[in-house]
Amino acid sequence: MTQPVRSTGPDPAGSPYERFGHGRGAEPFDPGRAAAEATAGILADTLHGSARGVVVDSPPGAGKSTLVVRAARELAAAGESLMIVAQTNAQVDDLAARLATADPELPVGRLHGSDSPPDPALDRHPSIAKSTSVADLRERQVVIATAAKWAYVKDTEPWRHAIVDEAYQMRSDALLQVAGLFERALFVGDPGQLDPFSVVGAEQWAGLSWDPSASAVVTLLAHNPGLPQHRLPVSWRLPASAAPLVSRAFYPYTPFRSGTGEGDRRLGFGAAGDGGPVDRVLDEAAESGWGLLELPARHTPRTDPEAVRAVAAVVRRLLDRGGVAFSADEPAPLTAERIAVGTAHRDQAAAVRAALSEVGVAGVAVDTANRLQGREFDVTVVLHPLSGRPDATAFHLETGRLCVLASRHRHACVVVCRAGVAELLDEHPSSEPVRLGVTVKFPDGWEANHAVLSHLAEHRVAL
Amino acid sequence: MLHTLARAEAVAARRAVAAATVRHRHVAERPLVLVPLTTAGEAGAPLGAMVGTDRAVPTLLVVPQPLDRELRFGFFAGLAEALLPEVERLSDEVEVEPATRNREETELCADALQIVVPNSAAVEFVRLVGRSTRFLRTVEDPEAPHPVPVPVPLLGRWLTHYAERARTPGSSLLLAMTELLTRHWATGQSAMEDQHLGALLGWIDPPPGLDGPAAAARAQTGRTPDGLLVSPPAGPATDPVFDNRVLAPALARYDRARAALEEAGDDARRRAEVAAAQEQVRELVASQLRPTWDDVWHGLDLLRTLPEAEHVAERWKRDRWSFTGHRDRVRAGEPPQPKRDDAVTAAQKLAGRETAQARLAAQEALDDPLAMAVRRLSGEAFSGTVLDVVMTWSEGRRPMPRPVLTVATDDLPQAEPGTKAYRALPGARSAQSAELVAVEPRGPEEPERAAPAPGWRVTVKLTGGMGSGRTPKEGSVPQVGDTVVFTLFEHDPRGGPALPDAEQTPWTHGGPPQSAVPGAPAAPVADAPDPVTPEDYL
Repeated sequence: MTQPVRSTGPDPAGSPYERFGHGRGAEPFDPGRAAAEATAGILADTLHGSARGVVVDSPPGAGKSTLVVRAARELAAAGESLMIVAQTNAQVDDLAARLATADPELPVGRLHGSDSPPDPALDRHPSIAKSTSVADLRERQVVIATAAKWAYVKDTEPWRHAIVDEAYQMRSDALLQVAGLFERALFVGDPGQLDPFSVVGAEQWAGLSWDPSASAVVTLLAHNPGLPQHRLPVSWRLPASAAPLVSRAFYPYTPFRSGTGEGDRRLGFGAAGDGGPVDRVLDEAAESGWGLLELPARHTPRTDPEAVRAVAAVVRRLLDRGGVAFSADEPAPLTAERIAVGTAHRDQAAAVRAALSEVGVAGVAVDTANRLQGREFDVTVVLHPLSGRPDATAFHLETGRLCVLASRHRHACVVVCRAGVAELLDEHPSSEPVRLGVTVKFPDGWEANHAVLSHLAEHRVAL
Repeated sequence: MLHTLARAEAVAARRAVAAATVRHRHVAERPLVLVPLTTAGEAGAPLGAMVGTDRAVPTLLVVPQPLDRELRFGFFAGLAEALLPEVERLSDEVEVEPATRNREETELCADALQIVVPNSAAVEFVRLVGRSTRFLRTVEDPEAPHPVPVPVPLLGRWLTHYAERARTPGSSLLLAMTELLTRHWATGQSAMEDQHLGALLGWIDPPPGLDGPAAAARAQTGRTPDGLLVSPPAGPATDPVFDNRVLAPALARYDRARAALEEAGDDARRRAEVAAAQEQVRELVASQLRPTWDDVWHGLDLLRTLPEAEHVAERWKRDRWSFTGHRDRVRAGEPPQPKRDDAVTAAQKLAGRETAQARLAAQEALDDPLAMAVRRLSGEAFSGTVLDVVMTWSEGRRPMPRPVLTVATDDLPQAEPGTKAYRALPGARSAQSAELVAVEPRGPEEPERAAPAPGWRVTVKLTGGMGSGRTPKEGSVPQVGDTVVFTLFEHDPRGGPALPDAEQTPWTHGGPPQSAVPGAPAAPVADAPDPVTPEDYL
């Protein structure tokens, strides 16, 4: 995660805590209004501001995609044509579909690579034209593609406007390749999620403002320190039980609140629990939004068979007990598509998938933190990145990894973990070298892990 | 996982085990071995070095007083004298690369100078020497306050090039012996301990009468009766006991002799004393260098026993291109490499290295069943027996063959249906492409289940490499009973799109750098010194 700490520069959004009288008996917090005000400020800067760039920090589930769609439509309504840069093909397809749904009249161009045809689901929208060549789409008012595809676009008149989505997950060198295509841009992203990475060492550029392996936003702000920076103050995804913890542990300097109140989101079960630990942790999670299923302390291989079986058992019981998710909408049965399992490593995800198919569960998304980024589910089951490990490496301590895993759910999150992680953390204080000129990252993964663990300890059920 | 297993096996066998069946790096016929030592506490002050292409006659360079700038420059000049003639010799032996679609006919050096150092710390030392010498001003510059001998900046440019090239995965221009050996053998000690060249060789090729752990322990801690290490550290740092007990008095003797010569005036006796003191330091430094020098050559002998992997020549050719490119930049009179990379150069280097990393991983797997096993275990490849081949054809005006293969395998590919797969075709220039169709567990009733390991039945559809006709080319479709290996990674990954020119650096990255702006001063503007803060006076 990358959260540049800024000591100077304008901060038009202000802190939502101060503006909305956090617990000080001032006017009650109105999430709808707070979010609307923030959005209005962002749109004003984007449409009428003089800065070449506008940066928007968005916590998990704060309506980032909604903002992108809204900004694109408003720019189009003002007669501008624009390009949109997203990071993965799935994100591009999703944004194109949202744009076409929101405004079926808007001519959208979906630029794609010859090896990666767009999702056939886009065929439903007649307003979306698809092509591998930008020349075919130049007339469309909105052209959307991945950063990797935009990098191949050369020799074209620059767009007046661009929107860069998931900008914190974009690498600085990817921005270098596409920044020549636009004059000004709105950069939207979540600073708390996983940083981009490189498979080869990039230490030799650490501290340079244009370090190619750094996040695009870090480079952008280093060179343009005066750019207006906004934040979305409300998470609509995270329930009231989760927002304070995620905000405190991962966004200590840019707090946010949940859009729903205490008790607005509930989880119920058709069948009562059998009194076993798996059912008890589910009841705890339904009650409080969090559950920790703790296995006895032990050093294990990454694909810890007992922990993997426990994860599968939790998912199996979630489905068997006829879970129902209550929110402002109609109560919705908790089906397999509404559940996700998150792991740190791909082999762990594979092991969980195998275990799930053994207990006859299909349709549950099982993936690593990297691939779950940006997705949303009713209930998530997380295999803790440090469970059973003899050491705490920088990879496993990365704040963004835990943040992604702990912020995908609308109702409840169950963490499966071996005991002893707190002791493990104490034995492995972070020892990464400090490099001159590198933006300090807050919070430290070590501290964020402790914050989450101590909260989870209150919802612990021993297996 | 496999590497952990190999280490465990090495512990049990009390001797290193093979981590590769072939040699994955180029080893030149006539490499230049360089063993450097630095002064304790003064990373930038070399103490001495052994350098040369003939193991029997190393050139010994020693700085009798490492803090003396003149003597240090003399050391650099000596290094230049040992290295640059080799570079020159190879620069002039060229072959001609025929023109291709994107390139005119070009000259390419037939061979490049390979430098081998003992460990990765020595690679850092090469980088440091390059950085500290490439901008120095020479005696040809009348205004230089501390001029260096003429070839020194050129040495710095070459060393900088070598150190920078060493960051490209799979390159063999500048190699660290410990990294070479750990790539090809797994020992029963930690990765940290493997950095000790003597201990590493102890595990791989223990002397008669000792096993791996005993030989490694002797190399790490064994001392002679006078307290010095049997196997001095491979450097560039020296053994503190050597520094304190032996080297310090010798340096002090040299200092006294020099002072006497300067203060009391020139005479033959005082001259002889300086020469004797200098000779003593030389002998001491040589005694620390010689074991490592022999170790590096011993390592080269061991590596030469392995057959060279198939793709090594292709990667070495890229190193030769790199060598030729730098030769051309030097000959064209270009300025030395800048202190820092600009935004475009940094991005270019990173992209090139990421491609090189992917290519290296793919080529090592194709060249070496042990490397492929690692990829199979992680679900990036699978090997198995063809159970069934069903011919199908693509739709369209010209139906193309799309044979569907069913493969029985014990490897579980970690990929969704529709993922591209690749198979090496003997004699073909590029890999055969295929598409993963389905992965199903095999039933217990199926025959030929050798072990109770989980078995899988993988269906793949071949999509290329079968010629342009309706019937596939002879030998391009495997038959029932054949053993096949498919990978889910490309065999020859290509780089991404070109980056903008430096003068097109966008506003997000600070705009074009000074040097790329036409009309701007050519000489780089020196950075302003950091402001003095109260901490400076603590």
